[in-house]
Amino acid sequence: MTGKVGVVVFPGSNCDMDAYNAFGSVLNQEVELLWHKETSLNGVDIVVLPGGFSYGDYLRSGAIARFSPIMSEVIKFASKGGLVMGICNGFQVLVEAGLLPGALLRNANLRFVCRQVYLRTETTATPFTSGLEKGQVLKVPIAHGDGNFYADESTLKNLEDGDQIVFRYSTADGEITREANPNGSIYNIAGIVNSRRNVLGMMPHPERASEQILGSAQGKAVLKSVVQSLN
Amino acid sequence: MFKARIEVTLKSKILDPQGKAIESSLRNLGFSKLSKVRTGKNIDIVVDETEVDKAVQLAVSACTKLLANPVTEEYEGELFDASGKSVARFSSPNSARSDAKVKS
Repeated sequence: MTGKVGVVVFPGSNCDMDAYNAFGSVLNQEVELLWHKETSLNGVDIVVLPGGFSYGDYLRSGAIARFSPIMSEVIKFASKGGLVMGICNGFQVLVEAGLLPGALLRNANLRFVCRQVYLRTETTATPFTSGLEKGQVLKVPIAHGDGNFYADESTLKNLEDGDQIVFRYSTADGEITREANPNGSIYNIAGIVNSRRNVLGMMPHPERASEQILGSAQGKAVLKSVVQSLN
Repeated sequence: MFKARIEVTLKSKILDPQGKAIESSLRNLGFSKLSKVRTGKNIDIVVDETEVDKAVQLAVSACTKLLANPVTEEYEGELFDASGKSVARFSSPNSARSDAKVKS
């Protein structure tokens, strides 16, 4: 497995080192941090937009980070088919940048939710889930206040028809229920890809579930898939 | 020089959980005749332009590029001259709020 991972650091990112550790120490990948003011991706093969509160979530989550200098490079990289993975705040940045459809609204219960949840893998036809089984349930944490995925009807239909819904919040047994939905997301959507399938956004944190000592190592499979897809 | 006052709100079909929470608190306080609470944000900006049209254009472009997310939000704005007189109004295309004014 050869490939270089770049983790973008915005002012206010706070899961950048988790991603750095998961790709670097756990998966033994070459990984580097990319400061948001940089205008080059330094030849990385995978770009990770990490979790956190870029620019204090001012205006809307991700709305200001989306105009950071490095983002025009990320958009170019994605448009050439480069692999981009936005986790939590990274997902919010991707929808604000227009790389993914929809929007992430305030959690329906207005609470910041920080706990382990279960995700059902809805498709394995993405570089991020190719190493998983369809229907496989992953235990990973969420930690967000604005994770309520919203898209209008026609966008949702496109996401469904295009097999672009990657993860949905479920019970431990993989059932999609209202109770398993932590934030009010439409259709329990926790993660999606773009139509070209090279850009993933997900609210849950696979990088924070990459070692047993963190409470779950089940998120590692997502990171491993994307690394393996480079071969 | 003008001042633009811009209000950004969620589109009417989108759930506003803050509005809901405020509404339920009002109800608990006995305000039984108050309903349909919606929240939003207010953004005041000084516009360094001499012509009204150009000032409006600039404010609208700020709204579409950064201040409002067209997927979920709409905006309404008003432009004031140096004396505080209202000189123009602008809003997002298909803004539902302009039709929602209370008829007396």
